[in-house]
Amino acid sequence: MKCPAEIILYMHEYLDEEISAEHEKELRAHLQNCKECQNHFHELKKTIALVQSTSHIQAPDHFTASVMAKLPKERHKVGVQRWFRQHPLLTAASLFLILMMGSLISSWDQDHQLSVSKQPNLVVQNDKVIVPEGEVVKGDVVVKNGKLEIHGEIDGDVTVINGEVINGEQYMASAGKVTGEIEEVNAIFEWIWFHIKNASKEIINVFDADDKDTDKEK
Amino acid sequence: METVVKKRIKQVLKGDQDAYAEVVEIYKDKVFQICYRMLGNRHEAEDIAQEAFLRAYVNISSFNIELKFSTWLYRIATNLCIDRIRKKKPDYYLDAEVAGTDGLNMYSQIPSDTRLPEEDVESLELQEIIQREISKLPEKYRLVIVLKYIEELSLNEISETLDLPLGTVKTRIHRGREALRNQLRYV
Repeated sequence: MKCPAEIILYMHEYLDEEISAEHEKELRAHLQNCKECQNHFHELKKTIALVQSTSHIQAPDHFTASVMAKLPKERHKVGVQRWFRQHPLLTAASLFLILMMGSLISSWDQDHQLSVSKQPNLVVQNDKVIVPEGEVVKGDVVVKNGKLEIHGEIDGDVTVINGEVINGEQYMASAGKVTGEIEEVNAIFEWIWFHIKNASKEIINVFDADDKDTDKEK
Repeated sequence: METVVKKRIKQVLKGDQDAYAEVVEIYKDKVFQICYRMLGNRHEAEDIAQEAFLRAYVNISSFNIELKFSTWLYRIATNLCIDRIRKKKPDYYLDAEVAGTDGLNMYSQIPSDTRLPEEDVESLELQEIIQREISKLPEKYRLVIVLKYIEELSLNEISETLDLPLGTVKTRIHRGREALRNQLRYV
């Protein structure tokens, strides 16, 4: 029996899941009567099943690693960027340090004006601050960008930034008397160090104050 | 999954190489599978699959991010496979008769495998037979059959991957199926 040529075509349409209802009807009708085509159709379906049954094989181990090893080297910049992305805390800390250094350095460069802590009995002459003889200055004295001459007495610490203490012989000698510590800050790193110390002192003070407050509440 | 891949590709485009490892991880089995079915040899398949990923990386800037990455990647892989098949010297076929022997072919030259449990041998043999028959298909039919029945791509995807008209893809699949039917009917 010679089968119509389009039957095979319909079979493929069916296998591609693109068969129209009309063709499918025709195909079914034909298959019921034609042993040969039935066989053909069965073999096609079996072939597909066999091909699909070939177990899905996997790429060998280390496949990804060996691909990555073969890639051309990436630009250095990206590596740095990724490092920053992976270490946000370090990035933040270093950024903070850089900014802080910057502001400190610029403030060091900028202010060349004499400034003195506010005690009433300090005398200011040009770039000199004098503690007159016989006077007692209460509290800490800070002098910026100027000299400090001590003839009288200071009841507290002395800090001189970008200047010097004139006291005839070193500090404690002669008439000049300082009850606390004397500190001279001149080099830029000392200046920064002084700031950091100050800042941490303030922080500690804040905490202490808190503690005291809570103590009071108790 | 495509969105994850797209995100990684954008990172790769910015020059972040590590992001590409994830892309390779996602597609390595599929690409390897295509290569293995096309070339019929694990060693060569690994070679070509790696080459495909390497080419994709180098040419990533020419990939249109609006399209499907897998389609683009498979196209690179299939092109490489076909190149490899064409370049390969027509080495001796197992079916060929050995000169000077009477009706002995190369199969008889292969020592029989070491013993395995019965079942393993059977399923292994079947796998091997199917792979061998797939390998015998002309490459244009082999390609569409592999993409359709092993990678399970749709006809449209195959047409996109191979940059062929849909009608051509259908015809090739039909012929491929018929050819395989002839080869596998007595299995």
